[in-house]
Amino acid sequence: MRLIVPLQGVVQGRGGLILGSLIPCALFYFLQFYLKRHRSPNPPSPSASSSNLAGLPRTSSRSTLSSRGSLGPVRISARGSSIAKPDDSPYYIGWNKFRDDPYDKINNPNGIIQLGLAENTLCLDLIEKWVSENLSDSIMGRDGDDLSISGITTYQPFDGMMELKVAMAGFMSQVLGQAVSFDPSQIVLTAGATPAVEILCFCLADHGNALLVPSPYYPGFDRDIRFRTGVELIPVHCRSTDNFAFSITALDQAFNQARKRGVKVRGILICNPANPVGNIIPRETLYELLDFAREKNIHVISDEIYGGSIFGNEEFVSMAEILEAEEVDKDRVHIIYGLSKDLSLPGFRTGVIYSYNESVLAAAKKLTRFCSISAPTQRLLISMLSDTKFIQEYLETNKRRIKKLYDSFVAGLKQLGIRCSESSAGLYCWADMSGLIPSYSEKGELELWDKLLNIAKINVTPGSACHCIEPGWFRCCFTSLTHEDIPLVIERIQKVAETCK
Amino acid sequence: MTRARADEEPKPISSSSSSGGGTAMRVIVPLQGVVQGRGGLFLGSVIPCALFYFLQLYLKRFRNDPGDPNDPSSSSPTQNTASSAPSRSSSSGQLTEHHGLRRSLSRSLLSPRNVGGPACVSGRVISILKAGETPCDVGSKQVEDDPYDEVGNPGGVIQLGLAQNKLSLDLVKNWFAENAEEAIVGGAGSNGIAFYQPFDGLMELKVAVAGFVSQFLGKEVSFNPSQIVLTAGAAPAIEILSFSLADSGNAFLVPTPYHPCFDRNVKWRTGVEIIPVPCRSADNFSLSITALDRAFNQARKRGLKVRGIIISNPSNPVGNVINRETLYSLLDFAREKNIHIVSNEILAGSTFGIGTEEFVSLAEIVDSEYLDRDRVHTVYDLSQDLSLPGFRISVIYSYNNSVLAAAKKLARFSSVSAPSQNLLVSMLSDTKFVQKFININRERLRRLYVKFVAGLRQLGIECAKSNGGFYCWADMSGLISSYSEKGELELWDKLLNVAKVNVTPGSSCHCIEPGWFSFSFTLLTEKDIHVVMERIRRISQTCKSHS
Repeated sequence: MRLIVPLQGVVQGRGGLILGSLIPCALFYFLQFYLKRHRSPNPPSPSASSSNLAGLPRTSSRSTLSSRGSLGPVRISARGSSIAKPDDSPYYIGWNKFRDDPYDKINNPNGIIQLGLAENTLCLDLIEKWVSENLSDSIMGRDGDDLSISGITTYQPFDGMMELKVAMAGFMSQVLGQAVSFDPSQIVLTAGATPAVEILCFCLADHGNALLVPSPYYPGFDRDIRFRTGVELIPVHCRSTDNFAFSITALDQAFNQARKRGVKVRGILICNPANPVGNIIPRETLYELLDFAREKNIHVISDEIYGGSIFGNEEFVSMAEILEAEEVDKDRVHIIYGLSKDLSLPGFRTGVIYSYNESVLAAAKKLTRFCSISAPTQRLLISMLSDTKFIQEYLETNKRRIKKLYDSFVAGLKQLGIRCSESSAGLYCWADMSGLIPSYSEKGELELWDKLLNIAKINVTPGSACHCIEPGWFRCCFTSLTHEDIPLVIERIQKVAETCK
Repeated sequence: MTRARADEEPKPISSSSSSGGGTAMRVIVPLQGVVQGRGGLFLGSVIPCALFYFLQLYLKRFRNDPGDPNDPSSSSPTQNTASSAPSRSSSSGQLTEHHGLRRSLSRSLLSPRNVGGPACVSGRVISILKAGETPCDVGSKQVEDDPYDEVGNPGGVIQLGLAQNKLSLDLVKNWFAENAEEAIVGGAGSNGIAFYQPFDGLMELKVAVAGFVSQFLGKEVSFNPSQIVLTAGAAPAIEILSFSLADSGNAFLVPTPYHPCFDRNVKWRTGVEIIPVPCRSADNFSLSITALDRAFNQARKRGLKVRGIIISNPSNPVGNVINRETLYSLLDFAREKNIHIVSNEILAGSTFGIGTEEFVSLAEIVDSEYLDRDRVHTVYDLSQDLSLPGFRISVIYSYNNSVLAAAKKLARFSSVSAPSQNLLVSMLSDTKFVQKFININRERLRRLYVKFVAGLRQLGIECAKSNGGFYCWADMSGLISSYSEKGELELWDKLLNVAKVNVTPGSSCHCIEPGWFSFSFTLLTEKDIHVVMERIRRISQTCKSHS
């Protein structure tokens, strides 16, 4: 199907009819000819998987040595082998290094400090306390009768228990906006936000379609979306001069360029509060975004997974709040949420699709058969989320603690002459280290990243992994640190900084 | 202007062009056959040339995007169907049949500010939505609305269509009462449950699972924890294998009758096709290599690339096991054709061994044969083996490093939450409990199965021989009004709406012979069996009196 795409551009002109039919005719003729000469069992039809993968299956031929494999090794699918390739993104390489040699104050003081994973350990004590008080009651029921054992062992709806949806709706209005009432019937629960993103992509776009994503964006999107859906991500570059806020003009430009290439854009994926920058999309921009989506007739996916981790003064406005006021045109908007960040429970793998589109909801419910949440976890969450007093206390404490740590981390970087972009949310800061890179390019950035990882033993995420267009920016997740760790981190960065200057 | 040019064409194309556009990629496949002959070169080039010409013409006519502000026709009501034409053909030809459906989504056309028309969803999802209601869905919904309860609702629908084992829930409950709290929090405190864990499962759980699987197989098979990938249920396990072994447009051979969920798990998102390999009652629905070979060759002739075989052992819904000899010939067949074997052994822990056939896991055979393991992948379902379907934890066990690497990465989309993993680590490490559970559970399954089959026999209904699982596979062809799928579905409808018994008809399992039904008996108590038999008896009497 790739063949058609370049031709669509050709057909636009006046002589397009002739060219647009002659060229493929000729190509087809050669294809037939080729097939006739090399009659292989491989049919031309599975061209749906993109053509650049064609050469890949050979990498899995490790087993050629097996003596009885008469016809040679068995191959896995082209898409399978492209997924199986070793990690090449610095984002994942850093993780792997950290896993092999993690820092520990006493046991491994020279290990790698993890600043590459957005994980929040600041309020672990609160969670621990709640769990120790309520665990057995919430999972086993207060008297452990037959009903409650059935409640965790038997089949449950794939898209989540109704009780949990109700509790989640309450929690989401507590976090994303008191003025908004979330409707439990519009909620689909998934095993983490990752499958939530993937399911939405399956629902909104076909193979070969594209989504616009303001960049820098969360590096995980590349896997969430590209692995299986065949949907393309088109980065819409934002710049440091605007504090990485995206503009409708840039969106429009990217949309038209994609169109010229013959790629059909089916939606925009925004992250609000943004990851990795940590800025918040103002109300006005959200309105413009909706207008833009309406004009182009495309969808809007709003990833608000950091909606509760706000510590700055900027006001956070959920897409749901805007739609609450606007009565029309809701069915192009889909919100993603999860408990991994705001409630610091990534191990619970709980994600949310909140959509206003009935077809999307119906399809998503069916697709949750591939990613449903284990029943004991659901029971535990029902109790936890319904405990509004605990949640309130948790959210406030959490914001306070993030703010405190953010301030001291940013102050530490500033002493080294490293500036961070303005940020009011998230578990990270977005630092400009372009003064330290040997050459103002992606190569220079990766050299610094490599130094930080292997010499300073700090794993940060380079901007290039987030598709940032300006080199020298790094994402540092600080919420898995303690206050005592910060001087150590700053000291390690300083050592590298000195060698760079 | 494009319309005018189209009218100048010598042939009338206006009606045929749309179908040509949708199926153009498909057309290549039959042409391979045509090209074989002498005149093939000419035909094989002229026909696709013409088709491609029409496709271009079609694209040209409908190339307006929905939101194109420069295009005066962008508000025309047909544009939504048309604009997705290029994408439609990319997700295989099946979508052409949903051509008319797109309009049903235009509910929001009524909204006043909608300049660009409604936001449409992707073509592949429309096909999922349209696939809609199977008899299983209909039956389950009826059970949900009106469930049988001995005291509260004695006239309700009895569920015999869901593979869920409640026979040994008491054992699990006792274990939970004693161990759950400690087990979930584990030694590590909340640290162990709150944080990011590897997507493909905790190493502790993999080690425990390896021990557990060899325990219930009861053999000297050693399972290697590093070859295990854990997923949130059997559905994603099968789907991940389908993604990793086959590309869109490839196919798997699957012996029928097979469980209806395969249609969803294997095909929905992967674009992979299933080629049914019919098995017959004369052989007690056992698999023959001849039938596999025939299906393989037919697929080849159609231009489909077969990437593997998916077997269920013990078979689901029939419940028979595949004997050692057949497994060896299956391996030979796979080697000869150079394809994969996925062995779905989710009921392996629920074998109850009536008759002489013993259950042999494919892993056991591959374990003793050192060669050619790369093509073998097994799936186990912990939640079925332990009667914990709500936990949704399954296992992919593969010998192929590339498949393992891909599956580990794809597990990001279906990982199991940490509290449940911790709970299972403790439960599976308690080998004494596990052994007791397996033994008692098998005993109870066997007893209930024997009772259920005897009850059906009294009504003159024979069951296929079964050695495991939660089902019995009953031959009710004597009761159907016509020997066809229609007759079968009529009986199913009567059973559901008159007798109030929800069963799965054979046609949902792609069984080639009409009149077979799958009864899942593990949700029943012994008392319930009498009620079920009484209800079936009433139906069978009306059926016989008619004929």
